[in-house]
Amino acid sequence: MSTPGVPGVSGVPDAPAAPERRVRRPRPLPMFQKGARQALENPQLRRNLYKATHTIRNKRAAVVGEVPDWQELREAGRAIKERTLRHLDTYLQELEASVQRAGGRVHWARDAEEANTIIARIVAEHGAREVIKVKSLTTDEIRLNEALAAQGIDAIETDLAELIIQLAGERSSHILVPAIHKNRSEIRELFLHELIEHDLVPGPRELLGTGVDELSDEPRALTTVARAYLRNKFLSAQVAISGANFAVAESGTVCVVESEGNGRMCLTLPQVLISVMGIEKVIPTWQDLEVFLQLLPRSSTGERMNPYTSLWTGVSQGDGPREFHLVLLDNGRTQVLADTVGRQALNCIRCSACLNICPVYERTGGHAYASVYPGPIGAILTPQLLGVENASSLPYASSLCGACYEVCPVKINIPEVLIYLRGQVVQHKQESALGRLSPEALAMKVMAQLFSSQMQYEEAQQLARLGQLPFVHRGAITRLPGPLGGWSAMRDLSPVPTQSFRGWWRSRQAARRKIEQPVQEEQP
Amino acid sequence: MRVSLFITCFNDTLFPQVGIATVRLLERLGHSVDFPEAQTCCGQMHYNTGYQREALPLIRRFVQIFGEAEVVVAPSASCVGMVRDLYARAAAWFDDQQLAADVAALSPRVYELTEFLVYRLGLEDVGAYYPHRVTYHPTCHSLRFLHVGDAPQRLLRAVHGIDFVELPEALECCGFGGTFAIKNADTSLAMLSDKLRHVLDTRAEVCVAADSSCLMHIGGALHRQRAGVRTVHIAEILATTEERS
Repeated sequence: MSTPGVPGVSGVPDAPAAPERRVRRPRPLPMFQKGARQALENPQLRRNLYKATHTIRNKRAAVVGEVPDWQELREAGRAIKERTLRHLDTYLQELEASVQRAGGRVHWARDAEEANTIIARIVAEHGAREVIKVKSLTTDEIRLNEALAAQGIDAIETDLAELIIQLAGERSSHILVPAIHKNRSEIRELFLHELIEHDLVPGPRELLGTGVDELSDEPRALTTVARAYLRNKFLSAQVAISGANFAVAESGTVCVVESEGNGRMCLTLPQVLISVMGIEKVIPTWQDLEVFLQLLPRSSTGERMNPYTSLWTGVSQGDGPREFHLVLLDNGRTQVLADTVGRQALNCIRCSACLNICPVYERTGGHAYASVYPGPIGAILTPQLLGVENASSLPYASSLCGACYEVCPVKINIPEVLIYLRGQVVQHKQESALGRLSPEALAMKVMAQLFSSQMQYEEAQQLARLGQLPFVHRGAITRLPGPLGGWSAMRDLSPVPTQSFRGWWRSRQAARRKIEQPVQEEQP
Repeated sequence: MRVSLFITCFNDTLFPQVGIATVRLLERLGHSVDFPEAQTCCGQMHYNTGYQREALPLIRRFVQIFGEAEVVVAPSASCVGMVRDLYARAAAWFDDQQLAADVAALSPRVYELTEFLVYRLGLEDVGAYYPHRVTYHPTCHSLRFLHVGDAPQRLLRAVHGIDFVELPEALECCGFGGTFAIKNADTSLAMLSDKLRHVLDTRAEVCVAADSSCLMHIGGALHRQRAGVRTVHIAEILATTEERS
């Protein structure tokens, strides 16, 4: 059911435009390099990340290796996503009709602000001051918790890792395991100070069978504390908010996959359920789900089958929530869809295999990307959602090693999109005189010119030999000026040799042409 | 076979010994080598850094120079990757159908040296002699863009006198990444540090790869550290014989 009369909410995609509203322009993100440098200085973080990424990486490799038709499955996943995106409007309207038929309500949100307004209004209508949440990237993307807090509504994260970072007042650093940057002794400290000392956990002594001071950092003890805290919340909350992994257009069924059972609690216990999903999450049929439920768990947690897969269709008499709202969020997605190269980023099923395999992510962690979507997928998604001018360092946060593409279950060619977005960053910079005259832009222009003719290229080789002389010390270049200093911080360079390959080739050819003499090769 | 050598601007200017070794090796194996002197740069640095408009004339230039070649061989996986993988994309992005057709006709004839030897010529033992302890770093572009598989290792294992040792966590990027090494110098160095640790763990005296660019990055740090490990391009090892070292 649409919600007429509410500002900023339109009923169907082709409904009359909602009243004009000032769209907030995204602010530029901090440079990746800055966050990376901070992260690289932290040995504990490096250790935590190494251990976590390598564990998941190896688990994934093992279970993917078991599937003989993995490449065919990937191809099927890619094809379904691409077909769906080509007819996105049709499938979204089909989804809306199916959800409404099953007793759910559908809301369309152009951006974060509209989505947050819709959600806050529904929560307020039920007089709730507290909502429980299933882990959801989309609600992080729109900063729902902050928007609800501004309306005096507390959002409680029920996924263990999300709870950890919420208690720590931090932000997620990984799509799947948001607290990947924390180890268990850090988590123990956090639970002691934030939950037990604040009496938010009933009877810790009985619960753990130990004194509070002796709370161990064993996963079992830590989850016991979290479970006791969350159980109260599950039983008292009136409203739950989730994201959605998939939504089936033909039936109106929404799907959430999770590993802890907290999602199942949220999706079934409270009276009201609100699910927020990006419009690219729709898939046409139940049969399509079959492909993704094979691809996703193996790629993300390295499991053969997902532990808790919840599927629901609207509302059912006498079971589950009495009221179901589906919020369909655009927030820049149609803009991504319009780009023929960049749109493949919308294929993403948020498995995080690209993060776990990425040599850059493994060392910098997720915070350096300054976005809800970190790692390789974030580096191509964030600049497209926010505009390349607001995330210009992200397409460069990759050595283009190609590992992400190789593991992607829906075959997103991440290196291709990274290079493409770099092109857009350069084009954007060239629009200003400052950008056109930057050392990099000038150097690139000059070099392109030199490479365009054999004569100029060979002259440049000569010049390089002379130009390097001030930098050569005892047979090596050990310090370079300006932006090149990053190279010489840890690496020496061999000087440009006196004879190029072509120089050698020519002298050999000349020697061979002197037929009266025996052929002699000259040493370089 | 008549091989047109695509030397790459990088090897031509900075590592001529790699080109010389490639010529000697191919000639020793009975092939004639031709070096089209008009070649300059394939455009990879411009293209991958975002200067695709500047790269386009270089791409057209390359296709024109090598268009008639029987086979094109280069001692560089990343430059061959540029030609075989990215030229077609560039033609599509710029909607240049003539270029797309020319690229489609040329790219199947463009080979990286080790894949040429193993998959095209069916060779493993090329008669090389190299009595040293050697480890091999498989470069990202050779692995994930060209899919050369274990061709380089097969060639190295067949070298006479070699003490070949596997590199731990070999599949991981060394952190070079072209302008990445400059633009994200800190992250690049962090990746390099781990690669160096693995190289040193092998106790090899020589670290080998199929790309001079990655070797310049790894070798530059080994030199700075006075680690006592050299970096050598695989062409140089394969060109070395008992008679000529």
